Amino acid sequence: MPVLELRGITKSFPGVKANQDISLTLEKGEIHALLGENGAGKTTLMNILYGLYRPDEGEILINDQKVDIEGPNDAIARGIGMVHQHFMLVPVMTVTENVMLGNETTKSGVFLDREKVSQRIREISNQYGLEVDPEAYIKDLPVGIQQRVEIIKVLYRQADILILDEPTAVLTPQEVDGLFKIIHSLIDAGKSLIFITHKLKEVLHIADRITVLRLGKVVGSAIPGEVDEQKLAEMMVGREVNLVVNKKIAEPGAAVLEVKDLYVPDERGNPSVNGLNLDVRAGEVVGVAGVQGNGQTELVYALTGLLPIKSGSIHLSGRDIHKCTPRQIIEQGVAHVPEDRQKHGLVLSFPLLDNMVLCTYYKPPFAKGVNMQEKPIAENGTGLVKQFDVRTPSIFVAASTLSGGNQQKVIVAREFSRPIKLLIASQPTRGLDVGSIEYIHGRIIEKRDEGTAVLVVSSELDEIIALSDRIAVMYRGRIVDILPAGATKEHLGLLMAGVKPEDIPDSAKQKSAGPVEKVF
Amino acid sequence: MTDKTVKTTPSEKKDNKFDLRQIFEGSYNTLLPLLAIFTGLVIGAIVIAGTDATVIEAWKNFFQAPGAAFAAAWTSIATAYGALFGGSLGNPKEILAGIQAYFSTGDSAALLKSIYPISESLVTATPYIFAGLAVAVGFRCGLFNIGAEGQFFMGALGSVFVGYSLKGLPAIIHLPLALLGGIAAGALWGAIPGYLKAKFGAHEVVNTIMMNWIGFRLSDWLLNGPMKAPGYRPVTSAVSEAAELPRFFPDPLRLNWGFILALLVAWLIYWLLFKTTIGFEIRTVGANPDAAKYAGVNIVRNFVLAMVISGGLAGLSGASQVLGVDHWVGQGFSAGYGFDAIAIALLGKSHPLGVVLAALLFGVLRGGATRMQSMAGIPVDIISIIQGLVIIFVAAPGIIRWLYRIHPAKNKQALQSRG
Amino acid sequence: MMKTKKNPEMDMRTRIIWGAVLIAVGLLVLFLFAFSTEAGQMTKFGLNLSKGDAFVVPDLLLPTQPTNYLLALILVGVGAFQMARGVKSTGTLVAVLAFSFVMAFLVWAARDKSFSLVGMLSSSVVRATPIALAALCGVISERAGVTNIGIEGTMLFAAQVSVIVGTISGNLWVALLAAILTGGLVASLHAFLVIKFKVDQIISGTAVNILGAGVTSFVSSRFLEKNIDALNNSGTLPSISIPLLSKIPVIGPVLFENTPIVYLTIILVAVLHIVLFYTPWGLRTRAVGEHPKAADTLGVNVYLMRYVNVIFGGMFAGLGGAYFTIGSVGRFDEVMTAGKGFIGLAAMIFGKWTPIGAYTSSLIFGFADSLQVKLQILKVGIPPEFLLMAPYIVTMIVLTGVVGKAVAPAADGAPYEK
Repeated sequence: MPVLELRGITKSFPGVKANQDISLTLEKGEIHALLGENGAGKTTLMNILYGLYRPDEGEILINDQKVDIEGPNDAIARGIGMVHQHFMLVPVMTVTENVMLGNETTKSGVFLDREKVSQRIREISNQYGLEVDPEAYIKDLPVGIQQRVEIIKVLYRQADILILDEPTAVLTPQEVDGLFKIIHSLIDAGKSLIFITHKLKEVLHIADRITVLRLGKVVGSAIPGEVDEQKLAEMMVGREVNLVVNKKIAEPGAAVLEVKDLYVPDERGNPSVNGLNLDVRAGEVVGVAGVQGNGQTELVYALTGLLPIKSGSIHLSGRDIHKCTPRQIIEQGVAHVPEDRQKHGLVLSFPLLDNMVLCTYYKPPFAKGVNMQEKPIAENGTGLVKQFDVRTPSIFVAASTLSGGNQQKVIVAREFSRPIKLLIASQPTRGLDVGSIEYIHGRIIEKRDEGTAVLVVSSELDEIIALSDRIAVMYRGRIVDILPAGATKEHLGLLMAGVKPEDIPDSAKQKSAGPVEKVF
Repeated sequence: MTDKTVKTTPSEKKDNKFDLRQIFEGSYNTLLPLLAIFTGLVIGAIVIAGTDATVIEAWKNFFQAPGAAFAAAWTSIATAYGALFGGSLGNPKEILAGIQAYFSTGDSAALLKSIYPISESLVTATPYIFAGLAVAVGFRCGLFNIGAEGQFFMGALGSVFVGYSLKGLPAIIHLPLALLGGIAAGALWGAIPGYLKAKFGAHEVVNTIMMNWIGFRLSDWLLNGPMKAPGYRPVTSAVSEAAELPRFFPDPLRLNWGFILALLVAWLIYWLLFKTTIGFEIRTVGANPDAAKYAGVNIVRNFVLAMVISGGLAGLSGASQVLGVDHWVGQGFSAGYGFDAIAIALLGKSHPLGVVLAALLFGVLRGGATRMQSMAGIPVDIISIIQGLVIIFVAAPGIIRWLYRIHPAKNKQALQSRG
Repeated sequence: MMKTKKNPEMDMRTRIIWGAVLIAVGLLVLFLFAFSTEAGQMTKFGLNLSKGDAFVVPDLLLPTQPTNYLLALILVGVGAFQMARGVKSTGTLVAVLAFSFVMAFLVWAARDKSFSLVGMLSSSVVRATPIALAALCGVISERAGVTNIGIEGTMLFAAQVSVIVGTISGNLWVALLAAILTGGLVASLHAFLVIKFKVDQIISGTAVNILGAGVTSFVSSRFLEKNIDALNNSGTLPSISIPLLSKIPVIGPVLFENTPIVYLTIILVAVLHIVLFYTPWGLRTRAVGEHPKAADTLGVNVYLMRYVNVIFGGMFAGLGGAYFTIGSVGRFDEVMTAGKGFIGLAAMIFGKWTPIGAYTSSLIFGFADSLQVKLQILKVGIPPEFLLMAPYIVTMIVLTGVVGKAVAPAADGAPYEK
């Protein structure tokens, strides 16, 4: 008897059928992986199960009972718990407060009983090996620990069915191993688990059963022993996928970017980049690997002039640019694909053609004096849309109407079409579908081959490994080591977790067999 | 927070592709403000009738004489709105008669008399155009300039000072100087909150309100002290004739060059916002300050610039009222222009053309309200009530849609929350 | 993640600037006040409100010039110390700066005169009350993630309704209740617009303000002006002395001889503090204002929390509105709130979105307000119009965040979409 069964779930959003007639079951004590690329409808399905969305059609059965889940409260009451991809934690509150929120224990019926909840958290911690300080503030905790808090939240509510949405996206390989241990202890305690991911290796490693989603539909299911990565990838993407990134050996030239002893405080004044040294040469891709929150964002902001530095130097082709404004840096040939495309990369309410000239609108041919020149701007837009394969009905529609992949292509088109010396790409494919990822990766390598110096920052280790000629590992605001392409994941993972380069065992440096995996 | 207030992207209109839905969208977008105004007027009518003693009396006997109750309500509303629109647009018959008289006898007296209400409405609309543009420019930069009121007053004081203190200059020099005095004073009043916002992130809404109050106190002092004209009343001297905006017709018609200037400035602001790099920067900062910073736009400069332009326009608004209409300044001179301007900018969707149209509407409403007060005894404050309602309806199209059962074209957001 | 470390370079600069400011103000006191008084002049600060008190404390008699010398010395001394070594909290510096300067100014202004210090402190508490209520309205709404800039309009509505109800019913307690309910009703309009229709919160608040001014002025000129005795003459709530407590010297007359609205405000501050930080309701409120999605996924009804908090906030503002009419003058005048709602928002920001902080900063505004009145009486030679600007200028300085910058709730002002 399955503990959970979904039958014919269908859900539409304006313009998109997110889920079409999806059915799946979850057995007790099972780890059921839901595999699909970004945009396949995995999260929508789970949000329906958790009561955040209502399905247009279909039904949900728990322990063979048909249930109507009208909101998270219903889901929680029926023993369903969800660990969201973007953590649902209030940063300015303590672990205890976050855990008890919505399900508070009180003294004399009125006042919060923090002690009791802390005690319960400690018990859960001990039982499942989820070490965490109940009095700590969320904002002070690293992401790995925050994830534990999320799991504790679910266990505190005595959930039997756990949904983990892309839980490994923000973890180091070693943290992933730790998470898998926790998952096994949960299964041992009689819980059942739905594991959402787009990573093939993980699925094969942890799942008992795999269901593959594509474009909102179930396209097949599999048992790990019976399929390989290639087969899963094809099911997921719907065509044959080349798992290896094709690129020539880099031929680096002179150093374009030289960073020495850089110190950068973040927006709240806390030190984020602490004595960082790095150089990027023409015609090579340097990848910055690291767990999110180790100063990568601030490094990129400092390089592009968005954040003032405290000390150190940044040289671009020999010229010190640390005092330059963002515009001066852009004008010296730096392109920036920002981490958050909707926040920094685009003006969503502006039409595409305006977004295409966001950094160059004031220069000829787009402007003469203060007069904007409509014709060149429109021609530029039309040209770039064609050249970079942006799928849009017109260059006059607002950027907000495009899909994530096409929005990213707009940014790439704008940044790559200028004459540039240095390309800084931060999380260039976050949340994109495979087609867009392949496309953007191809373009980045193309730029490298043209002789541009490229700095890629990504929290997806697979992406770093696939693109980089050299890999710089960032930990607590410093580059702790620089490894050549072909470094092992284990090696990188240990460095990302703060293990000193000299303490890395040789076994972790051994090159694993098989080609470098492509990222989804 | 206010970056959400600017919704329209004018360039969207340039879409060449023929799409029926877009045409519907377009008409829907113009329909909405009209319905908002209509609904505001209807509720205003209910307030007028509902607070009328005779109507209340009649309704007490509703079950005995329902007809009389409705008739009383209708009379009350018709008298009020009749006075309102009669007072602002004039009587078409009289206007026709005036035209006939002018062409048959060459006597313009009747014609001038008949168009007096229209002239007054345009006179009232003139400062509204400037002030509405002031708020609109702020909106476009993501700033909520709620202090147009104070900037208006300071502008009036600045221009009246230049107007009366300089003597013997020819109009060609004196008038522009007086206008500039108004612009400068208003711009200064706007620049301070703009700078504080840009530099310290201080909330411009609260600060512009504070600047209003500081401005009122300052004007109290000026009007009772340094700028007081000889005599008992706390008013300034009148500006010299060379500083006046010339009028088109003999007294009592007060329509003057200020109106033409307002239209020109509206066109200038349109050009600035949508055809120049300056406007592109302002709009980028307004729509997404993070992206603007990323693109190398100087946020601090644009915040200050937008508030200087905004304050300058509000100051010009005050100057136009002084130099074109009153010729001197007394206490309580600003009388709500700043708040009317917010409604106008919202109603006009922060687009100069929309602002001009909305200002004309408010010119008509305000122009007629005084007559309504004297004829029908309805306090002019009814216009503020209608205004507040119009703002709500324009900002919450959902209410209008629900009231009139309009379903907007779907498919606005092609893509959201997948994956 | 990483531990916060002081940034020595930045500290150095701000340290020197603060020191310089203190020294400069010290010199200002010296040249402006100390040098312009004569050796024998005395300043008398009255410490009793009425003559009939059980305990009469002797009035404070200060020699004007030496006091000013002393205060100038303190300022320069602390400034020098700050430059050389650095004082840890800017709060202390601001306190020293403000206290010394204001004292020096008062001692100077009231030279050869008697000045009722207790009277001024007592009027500070009274004048702080509407500001504090507006600030509390802001605190509770913004903690739940809704900016309410329409407090001013809400207070106007409540002020007018309470005076009308009070005059007609003859019962001021009913009038007080009517004011509170009116506040809640107006706030529910704001809540409805911003939560249900996702109207920009600033625009909705502005509409409430315009409606508040419009409707109350309309009603004033259509009804109240013609029927003052029948509609606009309610009398005022009585001042209640709290037994025993009101007999304490200085503090007694300042805090414990007030109208019920003042007491209610102080009680509200305490209750709100406990509710916000020690009860499930408060935890949920803060969560909804910081990260509504997180609260939603745990089954907290975000919309309900926001509705209720905004409406409660409106009730506080309604109480604040009642202060203007039945709490002080007993009649309604057009636009009588004079920006107090907005000053309340500044007090909320200065008080870092906490009830106690908001009340403390309201007291500062109240002090600035009553200082201005006293100085007019003392005829210090500054035009009263400039003194009247004081609360507004203080507000603007506060908002620059030069003195203690705080962070607003993260989701403040943003509509929540599921």
